[in-house]
Amino acid sequence: MNLTLFLLALFDGIAYAALVFIVAVGLTLIFGVMRILNVAHGSLYAMGAYLTASLTTFIVAAGLPPIFAFPCMLVSAVLIGAVIGGPLEWLLLRRIYHKPEVLQLLVTFAIFMILEDVQRLVWGTQPIFQSAALQLLGNVRVFSVNYTVYQLILLPMVAVALLLGLRFFLRRTVAGKLIVATTEDREAAQAIGIDADKVFLLTFIVGAGLAGLGGALASPTTSILPGIGADMIVLSFAVVATAGLGQIEGAALTALLIGLGRSFAVYVWPETQVLVPYLIMVAVLLVRPEGLFGSPAARKI
Amino acid sequence: MKKLLMATAACVSIPLAAFAQDKPESLKVGVSAFLTGPASVFGVPAKDAAEILAEDINAAGGIQGVPIELTFIDEGAGTEVLTTEYRRLVENGADAMLAAISSGNCKTIAPLAEDLEVINLMWDCGTQTIFEEDDYKYVFRTQAHAGTEMLATVAYLLKTQPDFQTIAVVNQDYAWGRDSWDIFSAALKALRPDVEVVGEFFPKFGSPDFSTEISRLQAMQPDIILSTSWGGDLDTFVQQASQRGLTNTSTFVLPLAESSLERLGSSLPGGHIVGARGDHYWNHPERRDDEDFKAFMAKFEEKTGSKAIYPVFHMSQGLAALEAAYDKAAEANGGNWPSEDQVIAAFEGLEFQGLGRPVTLREDHQGIEAQLLGTSVQGGDLPFATLENIMIFDGAELTTPVGETSVEWVGSLQPGWVDTLTVDSYEN
Repeated sequence: MNLTLFLLALFDGIAYAALVFIVAVGLTLIFGVMRILNVAHGSLYAMGAYLTASLTTFIVAAGLPPIFAFPCMLVSAVLIGAVIGGPLEWLLLRRIYHKPEVLQLLVTFAIFMILEDVQRLVWGTQPIFQSAALQLLGNVRVFSVNYTVYQLILLPMVAVALLLGLRFFLRRTVAGKLIVATTEDREAAQAIGIDADKVFLLTFIVGAGLAGLGGALASPTTSILPGIGADMIVLSFAVVATAGLGQIEGAALTALLIGLGRSFAVYVWPETQVLVPYLIMVAVLLVRPEGLFGSPAARKI
Repeated sequence: MKKLLMATAACVSIPLAAFAQDKPESLKVGVSAFLTGPASVFGVPAKDAAEILAEDINAAGGIQGVPIELTFIDEGAGTEVLTTEYRRLVENGADAMLAAISSGNCKTIAPLAEDLEVINLMWDCGTQTIFEEDDYKYVFRTQAHAGTEMLATVAYLLKTQPDFQTIAVVNQDYAWGRDSWDIFSAALKALRPDVEVVGEFFPKFGSPDFSTEISRLQAMQPDIILSTSWGGDLDTFVQQASQRGLTNTSTFVLPLAESSLERLGSSLPGGHIVGARGDHYWNHPERRDDEDFKAFMAKFEEKTGSKAIYPVFHMSQGLAALEAAYDKAAEANGGNWPSEDQVIAAFEGLEFQGLGRPVTLREDHQGIEAQLLGTSVQGGDLPFATLENIMIFDGAELTTPVGETSVEWVGSLQPGWVDTLTVDSYEN
């Protein structure tokens, strides 16, 4: 492998990692705060993608310039968070926080199945492709290989901005500090007057919105069809588990590890491409069962 | 209680069916197709087609005066559900079954049909191994298999691009992607031993992203890129490749792209090789002026808003075979309604015609189906690619002889074999 190929693999890995991180960070945020493994995250991702594609198709058909595809992504993410995420937490999840984990998993899985069928009802089964946003930004040529500006530059920029933004939000703003406090110790937080219900609702809306944003950003790069949600949720779980549940920086690092591992696999030994993310997960969890950034939890008596 | 009633009904009806060959009220046909999941891109149009075709048959008086009644099973629900539903339909008196799309399901269904003693027409099965590994009494395939389809692709490639030197493959990582490459590469090795395979990629089934493969392929610059992918995978791969200019530097060979032409729109530029798993194309050069073809295409477009794709043709062949077999058996039976054994006997050597060229069933129950390939061209009246430089190959010359296995047989072909083939060419 010469330097050119090495760099090409590096670029591919970073572009892929960016997207994986955006989806996984929402999942890890929800888990960190609410201690719920939200399987429905995959459906929210898929619906974000479908919604963006529909909105973009609509505005392009209405004769508006394709630059409006970008606001469509944000609108979709907000809609997914507020219109689907909000009621989900308020009507359903709120009732199961004190129930066994198995039940929580089954409930979110049921939501996932229901939303999968909703997608089929609304958008049908034929693959949809809407790449106006990606085409608008054009290509960039690196070592005689064309990359899309969207994947090579925009997605990593969004991922970094999101990482920094979330860090700032959680550590420097009041709402963020309330979330962190509730994460650390829910009972103590409630004792000093934090409205934990409100914090949970806010977190779930943000987390669901991030899933929607991941889908929205992925939508111009790929065919949207039934089943994409299931695919993404499996990979996101791998990232979240490897990172340590609830670890945002960990999710970023793991997404990068998995993205790079996968792209180098394609260059060196394509047969192992599918295996690599899970090999990385197994390797990390063997050495650190609590994940890269996770800390062993003290059991409360 | 319900079970008891059904069992009673079955006990009453079985002896009746065995003794008197009175015309039944309807001919019950079970059809399995993917109505959910990624392969519903094939199953849903096929179901639409089956409904139109059954309506047409019934409007014309049915099969020997008996209307046909279709029941659909969703293959997308998994093999377990499929076999349960399959059994249920047969036990409730289905006269014939059309199953299945997925090769895995076909391998499960074939022995099951044999156990249940029900006529099963494999209307869309790709795997070549069914009749190469086993003999069946009740199972027939009303179309070609992967061997014929891949060999036709190699033949078209060698005829149109005789001088290419390098090839890379990007197939889905499951049975079809692997098996089709085994046959394709064996044929290529036999017919053009000097060609170098520079890359073999098997991204996982349903992969949303081929960016890394595309970077790698751009660095390799192979003359030819083969992909037997289909549905969303093929759409994504071609769209991503076209966005990044890979379609300008390599010629793509896409044996299943006929089913994606309309969805791909302008993303599939001109000059790439498109196949259709048989002589299937909404603008079939030999059939497009026939009244039955035109009438069906108009109905299909009205019902679905899309052009017909190959599963629609395969479905038409399945139902045409069924109708032809009953007609032939009734004729041999002095115009009376035939027994199941008489129908099975009629299937041997049967010739029937769906929407493509006539198909014949060989003694091993394998269908001999012509193969159509063409080169994509943009810029017509339609917002998507159509085909030019179309070649229709004779199916018999491309199908593995009875008693041989496909991979070995294609591997024994000699360079120059392609020049011996019967081909009809059309400009578009």
